[in-house]
Amino acid sequence: MSAGTPPLSTLPKPQAKALNCPQCGAAITLRALGHAETVVCESCHSILDAKDPNLRILQTFQAIIGEVPPLIPLGTRGKLRGTDYEVIGFQRRGIKVEGISYYWHEYVLFNPYKAIRYLTEYNGHWNDISVCKELPIVQFATANYLGEVYKHFQSSDATTNYVLGEFPWQVRVGEHAAVTEYVKPPRVLSAEKTANEVTWSLGEYIYGADIWKSFNLPGSPPEAIGVYENQPSPVSENVKGIWGAFLAFAIFLLVLMAGFDLASSKGTAFESTYTLNYGEPKGEASFVTQTFDLEGRTSNVEVTTSANVSNSWIYLNFALINQDTGQAWDFGREVSYYYGSDSDGSWSEGSTKDSVVIPSVPAGHYYLRIEPEVDAKHAPISYSVEVKRNVTVPGFFGIAFLALLIPAIAITWRSISFERARWSESDHPPVQIQLGNSEE
Amino acid sequence: MTQPVSNCPNCGAKIVFQWSSSVQTVCQYCKSILVRTDVDLKKVGQVADLPPDSSPIQLNTEGIYRNKAFVVGGRILYEYDQGGWNEWHITMNDGTSAWLSDAQNEFAVSFASNAAGLPASGQVKVGQQYNWNNQSYTVSVITPAHYRGVEGELPFQYWDKTDVTFADLRSQSGKFATLDYSDEHPALYLGEFVEFDDLKLKNLRSFEGW
Repeated sequence: MSAGTPPLSTLPKPQAKALNCPQCGAAITLRALGHAETVVCESCHSILDAKDPNLRILQTFQAIIGEVPPLIPLGTRGKLRGTDYEVIGFQRRGIKVEGISYYWHEYVLFNPYKAIRYLTEYNGHWNDISVCKELPIVQFATANYLGEVYKHFQSSDATTNYVLGEFPWQVRVGEHAAVTEYVKPPRVLSAEKTANEVTWSLGEYIYGADIWKSFNLPGSPPEAIGVYENQPSPVSENVKGIWGAFLAFAIFLLVLMAGFDLASSKGTAFESTYTLNYGEPKGEASFVTQTFDLEGRTSNVEVTTSANVSNSWIYLNFALINQDTGQAWDFGREVSYYYGSDSDGSWSEGSTKDSVVIPSVPAGHYYLRIEPEVDAKHAPISYSVEVKRNVTVPGFFGIAFLALLIPAIAITWRSISFERARWSESDHPPVQIQLGNSEE
Repeated sequence: MTQPVSNCPNCGAKIVFQWSSSVQTVCQYCKSILVRTDVDLKKVGQVADLPPDSSPIQLNTEGIYRNKAFVVGGRILYEYDQGGWNEWHITMNDGTSAWLSDAQNEFAVSFASNAAGLPASGQVKVGQQYNWNNQSYTVSVITPAHYRGVEGELPFQYWDKTDVTFADLRSQSGKFATLDYSDEHPALYLGEFVEFDDLKLKNLRSFEGW
């Protein structure tokens, strides 16, 4: 179909051109194959017109805060989200908040077929940034982008104060942009407003180690300091999950408890009441109860002792004995109840009821041997003993409940602390709680 | 497809129109800008050497947009103070004419719209909202640009331009609009941003080392 089409002579052969800086004579390498508008001499920092064959000088600047070597050298190539990119430009920009300057670095990434991408770095925190094609909707302190709500983090005036390499726009040191940032970790949405344009871009938090791997850089990335605006919280993702799990598990426990309660052939296996009359001698008064059956599979047994003690006590030595095998479970229980009143008002101690659970008791014919001990000068004491099979032990469920509640609370606390640290750097810091002098 | 053949009135080279609705083409040998008349081709101008080009797209690049194959037939080059961009004229396999704009590898496909009530050049301001075809657009940038040159076939005459103003509009859903103030009456193009990979482009330029 295109027979006879001559070669397209208007297209120059693309290649990295070797040129010299008109200011200092240092070699200038053009890497962006005609995409660059400006190129900055790495030697004398003259900003040159990359479209001009003679590299006309557009601006010269003094690096006010000294030289800043890019952490990723210009010309380095790496694969980011499946596409090869070459670092062609580097700039440092800064904002001033309450008289303090904060600086971050931006790397311009180039691929001849794809749109320019950027990497930003602040205190070891990195973001992978691309320009938005859709327009976010700003409402009060939020921005809605592609159905997701971003919260306003900070508005500031950013100034470019150091540039190196190539830029696909007319970069100048000293240029300003009003930057408004909205966050929804791990993403950040920012609007950069200049005199006649608003550019929205979307950044996604990326770990230094991943960049080091992608760009095959030697050594290790600088350590990330503090919490960054869109840094994903290591715990916040888990907060909902753990409370969900907690809720599910709590429901599961309740169902389990109820299930045990219903399924168990619960019931009183034995019950009887005894009286110790006044002055009845202690000791050698042991007796055995009548035989009772414990049914079903091996399960627990609850022995409840109630006594009408009143400012007195009774101690009972029990033995639960299996008539068939002779196996015995010995245990002693005390029922004591004291009360009175003093200058602080009335008080009481103890209870008229005691119960104990004996685990893993097989089915069989059983009887109890009971040996009561009381004070020598006791009033008549009436006590009753009840034996129940298959009782639900809330203690076990309580422990399971706590075992899940504690990590849930801990994770929630860590998440809250992380978010506080994040937002303390924003225009909307959380209310500070001052806890005395912390001069550490 | 019929491919009307004629000769360049300037240098005599064979001129083949790929697209029957083309109104203008550029002779690939002598760079004469040729306009179709009822009877023959008329030279109306000359393209100066085009600036070094960085677009991965070139004449005869093929691709797919919304399940329709298209081919690149021509382009208009513009420059503005922050760089340059190309408006590639593409023809779909059903004969539809469209534009593939390439601004520093950000791609958008748009179609000429006949919507009425377009704002005049001086009226349009950044942040204003317009509604066309039940879609809301917000003016994101007004670009005073400079016509830099043409290449290949175009659906209209376009050669004697100097300064032209564009207003770009964006939507909340990736739709895109351009108000073109090249002529006395503004022209509106409606379209959307597209991903390079989604266009499945073939016959692209190759770049040494990439």
